[in-house]
Amino acid sequence: MELQPYLLLSAITFVIGVVGVLSRRNAIIVFMSIELMLNSVNLSLVAFSAFLGDVTGQMLVFFAMTVAAAEAAIGLAIIISMFRNKQTVNIDDINILKW
Amino acid sequence: MDLYTIAFYLFAVITLVSASIVVFSKNIIYSAFALLFAFFGVAGLYVLLMADFIAVTQLMIYVGGILVLVLFGVMLTTRVINVDMRTGTIQTLPAVLIVAALAGTLVGVFWTTDWRIMPAFPGFEKTAPRIGELLLTSYLLPFEIASVVLLVALVGAAMIARREKKAS
Repeated sequence: MELQPYLLLSAITFVIGVVGVLSRRNAIIVFMSIELMLNSVNLSLVAFSAFLGDVTGQMLVFFAMTVAAAEAAIGLAIIISMFRNKQTVNIDDINILKW
Repeated sequence: MDLYTIAFYLFAVITLVSASIVVFSKNIIYSAFALLFAFFGVAGLYVLLMADFIAVTQLMIYVGGILVLVLFGVMLTTRVINVDMRTGTIQTLPAVLIVAALAGTLVGVFWTTDWRIMPAFPGFEKTAPRIGELLLTSYLLPFEIASVVLLVALVGAAMIARREKKAS
């Protein structure tokens, strides 16, 4: 097995996540797309780690997962308090910080 | 085609199809459940790459933790009774342009770079002891900082999400 298929898969998953972040209106779907992007980066790190014979890449994945878990908790808390105040999770309806 | 390649393409297809459903589905519940299969597909790929510890961590943190949180978020912010689960898209044309540029760049770089990798797929005996050793020697400070980050995130999430007490 080559390295390139793994990297290609990771790139495609990342790009699908970018589509979600840029084009969806629902904040939770944007959030799930960010999780997808984090996962694709983790996949490429693990692939590099395996093909280099070095576990440092898996180390970085471990820290990325820690940050992803923290981000999930904070992000959903923000979305929920946003919903409580504005009764919507559409990101184009939440523009009170816009000048 | 040997079994390894077949397994790789199986997991790759699972991941890509689920990721597409997450992003393109109109129903947010379908998106949330497709995310589950995307995480499973990536976990399978980790197993194929002989990253046993990371694969199990993926299942425990993403499938067990983050996905449950996301489902809670979906249930709490969607009017389930009024059935308003459909969600729209915005700014499709600029998004398509940016994404096309990004995809071209990434795929081009990944295909054309001459990666300095081992000639044969080396693999690992077992990864957990080596990761644990690194965590407690070279990466001790990041490890401790990660625990502080988790603590702060826990407190912060509880503080942001709770209902304000009425001042009386």
